[in-house]
Amino acid sequence: MTTPLLSVRGLGVQFTGARTATALSDLSFDVGSGEVLALLGESGCGKSVTLRTLLRLHEPRRTRITGQISVDGGDVLALRGPELQRYRGGVVSMVFQEPGLAFDPVYTIGDQIAQAVRAHEGVDRAAARERALQMLERVQIPQARRRLDAYAHELSGGMRQRAMIALALACRPKLLLADEPTTALDATVQIQILLLLRELQRETGMSVIFVTHDIGAAIEVADRIAVMYAGRIVEENDVAAIVDAARHPYSAGLLASTVSAAHRGRVLPTIAGAPPDLSALPPGCAFAPRCDRATPRCREVQPALIREGQTALACWHPLVHVEALA
Amino acid sequence: MSAALAPDAPALPALVDRGGPAQPLLIVDALRKHFAVAGSLFDRRRQRVHAVDGVSFVVNKGETLGIVGESGCGKSTTARLIARLLPADSGQIVFDGDGVDEFGGMALKDYRRNLQMVFQDSFASLNPRLSVLEAIAYGPQVHGLAKAAAHARAAALLERVGLAPAQFGARYPHELSGGQRQRVNIARALAFEPRLLILDEAVAALDKSVQAQVLNLLQELKAERGLTYLFISHDLHVVHYLADRVLVMYLGAIVEIGPVERLYGQPRHPYTRALLSAVPSMDPAHRTERSPLSGDPPNPIDPPSGCRFRDRCAHAHAACAAEAPTLRETAAGHWAACHLDDPGSGHPEAPARVAALARSA
Repeated sequence: MTTPLLSVRGLGVQFTGARTATALSDLSFDVGSGEVLALLGESGCGKSVTLRTLLRLHEPRRTRITGQISVDGGDVLALRGPELQRYRGGVVSMVFQEPGLAFDPVYTIGDQIAQAVRAHEGVDRAAARERALQMLERVQIPQARRRLDAYAHELSGGMRQRAMIALALACRPKLLLADEPTTALDATVQIQILLLLRELQRETGMSVIFVTHDIGAAIEVADRIAVMYAGRIVEENDVAAIVDAARHPYSAGLLASTVSAAHRGRVLPTIAGAPPDLSALPPGCAFAPRCDRATPRCREVQPALIREGQTALACWHPLVHVEALA
Repeated sequence: MSAALAPDAPALPALVDRGGPAQPLLIVDALRKHFAVAGSLFDRRRQRVHAVDGVSFVVNKGETLGIVGESGCGKSTTARLIARLLPADSGQIVFDGDGVDEFGGMALKDYRRNLQMVFQDSFASLNPRLSVLEAIAYGPQVHGLAKAAAHARAAALLERVGLAPAQFGARYPHELSGGQRQRVNIARALAFEPRLLILDEAVAALDKSVQAQVLNLLQELKAERGLTYLFISHDLHVVHYLADRVLVMYLGAIVEIGPVERLYGQPRHPYTRALLSAVPSMDPAHRTERSPLSGDPPNPIDPPSGCRFRDRCAHAHAACAAEAPTLRETAAGHWAACHLDDPGSGHPEAPARVAALARSA
């Protein structure tokens, strides 16, 4: 992995208005080509804002963006007009949590996919429709030819999410952003979509950023996990390393408070308190008020994200694992 | 107001245990609810959603019964029918030996004091114009408690669910976080001193770290007040953690019910097995390789004839289409509705499976 496909450096996002909320601060990470990165965190930690910023979906007048984003060598924040349109969908595309809301209700699924293909690749109507059919078959929608003429409301939740994935992949993007694609789905459908995403990623070799609050879903699809808290990455590592030996107290607490059968009959370990208000972040580490390892230094000085190869950590007092010392 | 924090704040008269420990707290018998669907103007066929189709079970005193199933399986409708938020088409509810809302039985108002519900959407289930303290004190006042006493009681309950009354009592629902609102909803339900609490996806909308706090609170309250829980969830981990017995629903009917360890360890019904193996693996070295089921849950408007699961089931046979299986006891307290467990059903795989079960027992 010499040059990463996506490189984010010092990204900050502030929403201005009646009060200013700092949604992201000093975010830096890379995604190599063919790599799957999961952004894991609770609501309000900035994981969805990250994806929307990568696709430049925020209203420019009310958003202050600092830092750099480069995809495939190009500066994303400098894109304007037609260049931005080619970028969206052509280089990077997105799968949303609510496919029912993301599709236009007055056009058929086939029309919407064909339209995206024609907008990006100047092909004729018949060829675009043929591509739409191929895409629906590729995401394993049964009776794909018939579904081309279906409207979004006529499909079940799982089918709609498959169609959404078909739309996102129709123009062969290099990077797919998946924003909680399985959260709204039932358990037996969720696992089908996770397996489909994994299979499509392997076939196409695209990179994926998978945003989720569900550690189980992240483990199923990701190579690496970045844990986010209050607009910052607090820890990043291989999936196995995060699961077996999380070093940031927040990652460790999040994993420990995930309910499992092992806890039966016992009190669940919890993280006290609630995530902070993004318009009034504390000066030091944002997790310090909830952390039982916090010292005065944590409350005053923000720990920087220190990178060592594939791992990164932002903590003054990380947990030490015995095997890590050996 | 020094009385506000008194631990023995006045309460509604205590509800007494009438039937004794052996009497189930709640008996649900053949509950049925079909919803009419508005069809097209010229379509004479009246379509009906078979939301709950003949559901019978008991909830014992002091236990937590978990109800699991996918969306559209009828678990929330069952809860609403039990709470009488919806009228049932047919069926009977017996609470501690008394028939509910029937001649010689229990009046609906008394029943509603005995049973309270906590909903998934913590914001929609609180009145936006009432402060938190007023919202909690409202119900007991309707049941005849004086205003001052009801407010004192509400303050004590807020304290109990972990929200300081001085800090939070005067706030309105929009000024609280999701976890705090759900604590208020629990306090509001407890203000009636109920004996049965129905928790309908009560922790589903909360973040993981907050969810664990609320689950711990629920466990403490249950032990402290001798409560009985009906816990409805799609999250199999949470049900495994909390429930004593688990009931699995599919398309408006019960497919399996049994003690939690038995049901999770040796599920009998093919649907329960699929549901349990659809849970994402927590081990990166052993990821899920194959999806246990294909397709989405079918539409409850036209459930298949016979066994409702047969069009997604790997073991489906002609016998499954011919007749709907009924619940059969396969081990002590463990019931499943599958022809595979009935040697007389005509399903070719049934005799071998029943024999295997007998050997293992």
